[in-house]
Amino acid sequence: MSTGTPSPSVFRPKDGIDQSVLEENRKLIEEIDRRKLLRGAVSLGALTMLTGCDVTDRGAVQAVLRAVSTFNDKVQELIFRPNHLAPTFSEAQVVKPPRFNAFYEITEVKPVDGATWKLELAGLIKDKRSWTAQQIYALPEQEWIIRHICVEGWDYIGQWSGVNFRHFLERIGADLTAKYVAFKCADDYTGSIDMATALHPQTILATKYARQPVTDPFGFPLRLRTATKLGFKNPKWITAIEVTNTYPGGYWENKGFNWHSGL
Amino acid sequence: MTVKSTDRHPQRLHPLPLRIMHWINALAIIILIGSGWKIYNDEVLFGWLHFPDWITIGGEAQGALQWHFLAMWILMINGLCYLGYGIVSGRFRRKLFPIRPREIMANIGDALRFRLSHEDITVYNAVQKLLYAGIIVVIVVQVLSGLAVWKPVQFSELAALFYDFQGSRLVHFIGMAAIVGFIVIHVLLALIVPKTIGAMITGGPRVDPQPDKTPRNAHPPEPAQ
Repeated sequence: MSTGTPSPSVFRPKDGIDQSVLEENRKLIEEIDRRKLLRGAVSLGALTMLTGCDVTDRGAVQAVLRAVSTFNDKVQELIFRPNHLAPTFSEAQVVKPPRFNAFYEITEVKPVDGATWKLELAGLIKDKRSWTAQQIYALPEQEWIIRHICVEGWDYIGQWSGVNFRHFLERIGADLTAKYVAFKCADDYTGSIDMATALHPQTILATKYARQPVTDPFGFPLRLRTATKLGFKNPKWITAIEVTNTYPGGYWENKGFNWHSGL
Repeated sequence: MTVKSTDRHPQRLHPLPLRIMHWINALAIIILIGSGWKIYNDEVLFGWLHFPDWITIGGEAQGALQWHFLAMWILMINGLCYLGYGIVSGRFRRKLFPIRPREIMANIGDALRFRLSHEDITVYNAVQKLLYAGIIVVIVVQVLSGLAVWKPVQFSELAALFYDFQGSRLVHFIGMAAIVGFIVIHVLLALIVPKTIGAMITGGPRVDPQPDKTPRNAHPPEPAQ
């Protein structure tokens, strides 16, 4: 399809939306109706006894599981305490270097050239001028020594500094009443967080780790670091930020991981 | 016209709501354990312990997480109903208490000599009382440690109770091990005395809900109308 781009969003592919995903999942989408949802709910019990067997109603079960995950997003938004600070730690507890996480191995990291790198802005933002690394690094910094918790279950204490994200969003004239902030990264990773988390005092655009510039594997020149989300909700090598009211999803979220994934 | 509660119709040993809650709980616990094992496998607490994929639930990590965070609601809502029912109906007080250490020792001695009586399934022996009361406490702690693993920042006070995030994970693992241990004993003993399984399906024998053994001064007989 070549319908052109209805919006200048950097998140929209230039060749229009990829229809293949829709085609692949057409059966799943058609199956999301109430009766099947109910039937799925009823068969949940029987299913647990049949994990090794082929399940004919797999699509309906998936729909139920995703519906509950969306419900859990809402619950997490409700229990989120906007001004409640995550525990902080002493400099002596900081792990150096930090632990690597991505959808590929550390040896496959492609370093970003800080001299040509640009941060692009899109969506509900008044001043959409792009930023150079030099401009970002000149912004006022704050530092947090906080725990990074991975969805897998491991954790470490890290010392991150950079501009407070709320401060940055206010500075660029972002609509702070919008629902989502989405990120696009140099490695084609995508992610998004809720506005409440974006405005939390412990959410920063990190440029330094342990007072030194963030190194390549950990997101040079710019990454998100928030104390109230699981590790995968902290995109690295950010190249674009969009403020939007349209659900943006993300790399892992589209694979079935819970979207809110708050801590 | 309404029938007054003075009409003391003898109840089943396991009234219908209790049986429904028992089996919903069993289902939720199985889903939680199976999916929890898959989640555990991604970052093991003990290098020697991985759960084989065929006994886990959910397929990949995200599927296991989805099942876990579905079944947690079933367990919590059903569990609150069960606790409310047990307290309001007086079932906990009647069937689980008092638990006397001397009786527990005597029961264990009898069991080792194969002299433990299984004739009357309507009265729990002291070891049963201890196990049934104990598993309720374990599941309550399991829900709390689970909430601390899920939300170590929003519920940071709770996570601090278990020391920190990893402490909460460890307590959650130990709680799982205790529940698995309970299930093994519980199912084994039920298989040895199969009529207990029948009773949890059909309700079992009718019993006087207020046996004479337990004095109930709090409720004097109501005047006849």
